[in-house]
Amino acid sequence: MTLPHPRTTPTRRTLLRGGAAAGAAGLLSGCVTAGGSDDAESASGDVTDDNPLGVPEDADLEVVMFNGGYGQAYTEHAAEVYEARHPDAAVDHQGVQRVGETLQPRFVAGEPPDVVDNTGAGRLDIAQLAASGQLHDLAELLDAPSLDDPAVPVRDTLLPGVVEDGTLDGEVVFLNYSSVLWGLWYSTSLFESHGWAYPRTWDDMLALCEEIKQAGIAPWTWQGKYPEYMVDPLQSLAAKVGGMELVKAIDNLEPGAWQQDAMLTAADGIHRLVTGGHIMAGSEALSHTEAQNAWSNGEAAFIPCGSWLEGEQQGVTPEGFDMVMAPVPDLTASDAMPFGALQGSSSESFLVPAQAANPRGGLDYLRCLFSLDVARGFAETAKALPVVRGATDGVEMSTGLASVADAVEAAGEHVFGYKYRTWYAPLAKAVDDATGELLAGRVDPEAWADRIQSAADDVAADDSVTKYER
Amino acid sequence: MRHGKNRFLIGALAAPLLLYGVFVVSPYAQAFYLAFTDWNGLSGQAGAVGFENFTSLWSDDLFLSALRNNGLMLLVVPLITIVLALFFAAMLTMGRSDQRGGIRGSRAYRIVYFFPQLLSVAILGVLFQFVFTPNNGLLNGVLEAVGLGSFTRSWLAEPAWALPAVMAVMIWAAVGFYVVLFAAAMESIPRDVLEAARLDGAGRLATFRRITLPFVWDTVQVAYVYLGILALDGFALVQIMTVGPGGPNNSTEVIGLTLYRAAFTYGEFGYASAMGVTLFFLTLTLTAVALRATRRERVEVA
Repeated sequence: MTLPHPRTTPTRRTLLRGGAAAGAAGLLSGCVTAGGSDDAESASGDVTDDNPLGVPEDADLEVVMFNGGYGQAYTEHAAEVYEARHPDAAVDHQGVQRVGETLQPRFVAGEPPDVVDNTGAGRLDIAQLAASGQLHDLAELLDAPSLDDPAVPVRDTLLPGVVEDGTLDGEVVFLNYSSVLWGLWYSTSLFESHGWAYPRTWDDMLALCEEIKQAGIAPWTWQGKYPEYMVDPLQSLAAKVGGMELVKAIDNLEPGAWQQDAMLTAADGIHRLVTGGHIMAGSEALSHTEAQNAWSNGEAAFIPCGSWLEGEQQGVTPEGFDMVMAPVPDLTASDAMPFGALQGSSSESFLVPAQAANPRGGLDYLRCLFSLDVARGFAETAKALPVVRGATDGVEMSTGLASVADAVEAAGEHVFGYKYRTWYAPLAKAVDDATGELLAGRVDPEAWADRIQSAADDVAADDSVTKYER
Repeated sequence: MRHGKNRFLIGALAAPLLLYGVFVVSPYAQAFYLAFTDWNGLSGQAGAVGFENFTSLWSDDLFLSALRNNGLMLLVVPLITIVLALFFAAMLTMGRSDQRGGIRGSRAYRIVYFFPQLLSVAILGVLFQFVFTPNNGLLNGVLEAVGLGSFTRSWLAEPAWALPAVMAVMIWAAVGFYVVLFAAAMESIPRDVLEAARLDGAGRLATFRRITLPFVWDTVQVAYVYLGILALDGFALVQIMTVGPGGPNNSTEVIGLTLYRAAFTYGEFGYASAMGVTLFFLTLTLTAVALRATRRERVEVA
């Protein structure tokens, strides 16, 4: 299963191959700087009710998508829908594993495909793509009538947050297809057999941890090799206490944002799992697979993860484990957000390159992709939530997916997401490093905050980094 | 006749030289050029920034810790590997008590020692991750079994132990090849020299120091250069095995990883190229210094 985060082990060989490809492409097109930016206005067809985006009828379409954990059944499905709508056009659909290595030379040479699903470990840096003017504005698509109901524009068929997620510098340049939500996972059958209930507050959580320990089970484990897994519950707690104001302060690199009380309280809450001895021994050295398998074997009660966990653990989870995801508990009595607030975001980023040969076709392909029929197929084959409204209605869901869908329903408007990870990758690394140290018990919450704040200040002071505001 | 020969030579060399030019020389040349730009890897434009990339390297904590770790590996890995390989090779060629050959089963050992060389680095990394994993890993299991349970730890998650763990894997993987290399060199030492030494009453240690080592010194020199280059890399192992990767707390960061992250995660290809150029000169300097410092009188046998 491939995750929305980069977790891979590229070998030296794939790196060299990528490097050689980039080098050769550069050479063949003269040099890096000689890459074409001759933005000739591409062909368009007549705009009609049936063809609102003015797709040239005989122009072929090239789609390159990331063939990862969600499979490619849904993008193929969309290609079929597109071909049915444009009988004279042929769709060249390719699924690849490492999008960046495949497409980087083509972007540089000015010959990208018409639609790209820029996802997976080898994806291209979306902020850099946008900054280089390589992305087509998708506003036109959002205002076009949806495939299912001409009275409703595509924009209104999407779940909240999707358009915002895809907006860089005020322009919508990509649309994510899969909803991802983060929470704490546990096995309902394990909890029922011991008579445990999911805690509503963090104090209850710590009390329950003591109880779980009595039963001979480790209360928590986590994917220590990749500390960002623990960053999610920590920053979720912080967002609950401090509200959207805190989230925005963090993303806008405000001075002292990481050292404010709400953030420190959250770090302290997580740190108490360490000082209380509630984390399975050795977790800090486990890969995500090792930690998750230990959890699936019932060696630990809780594990933090995104909504892809159920799909990822399909092969190793025993029958009747019945995993569910729950939102993080209340941390204080005066949290800014109510119980149920969720960290959410979306993944599988679809974009239309600015220099595509058939950009109008690309936009129309996305219109097909975001139709109800294709989205429903995605929920069934990929076992994940598509961002299209109503797509899971009537689809039979497993315990995990159902709990995620319920959590979204319960959270309502209280779904939040941080942007700093996409905007400022070096800051994300600093947060991960510090959080790893916090969870290993080598730094305390204050030192944790100081470290990250200084990294954030460095990013803020660096003129060469493109800054974003929200 | 001569003319025809030249034409043949040119014809035979043109294709490989062209390939070499396109796939080796040109990327190198481009990297040097890109090191002076702010190219982000995606744009068709690259702005010249002079030496800025190089100057900011020296205030980049990540790069400096990578440099430190690679330096440490440079001190430790070649030394231990060569000492171990020389020891094993000597045992294989002159280990028998009468010094007339290697210890029993030396042929089998020679093959077994070479095995790690057949594994790709990726497999090594995954394999040793399982050896070092704390709860059911081989290493902690063995320590428990022999009553050293107090020494068990999360090897790859402790800053003090993570880099030694990675170096242990590098050494383990490299020793076998150099055993075979040194053993071959030792076998080409003329018998009569060794026999003369034995008649003069030289013990095994003296023979090794006075006869064997001078004879194989050239090979050791080459081995040192190769191992030095290996120690300046370490990218694949670190990327696969370590926490983060490069962690915990950057204790296993290596230049290759910093470079890779700068280029492919942060989209700073110009900056990453500057690291590559720096690494290039480091490796070049190392090779030159190593060859010069270890220069000795060649042993000539008439």
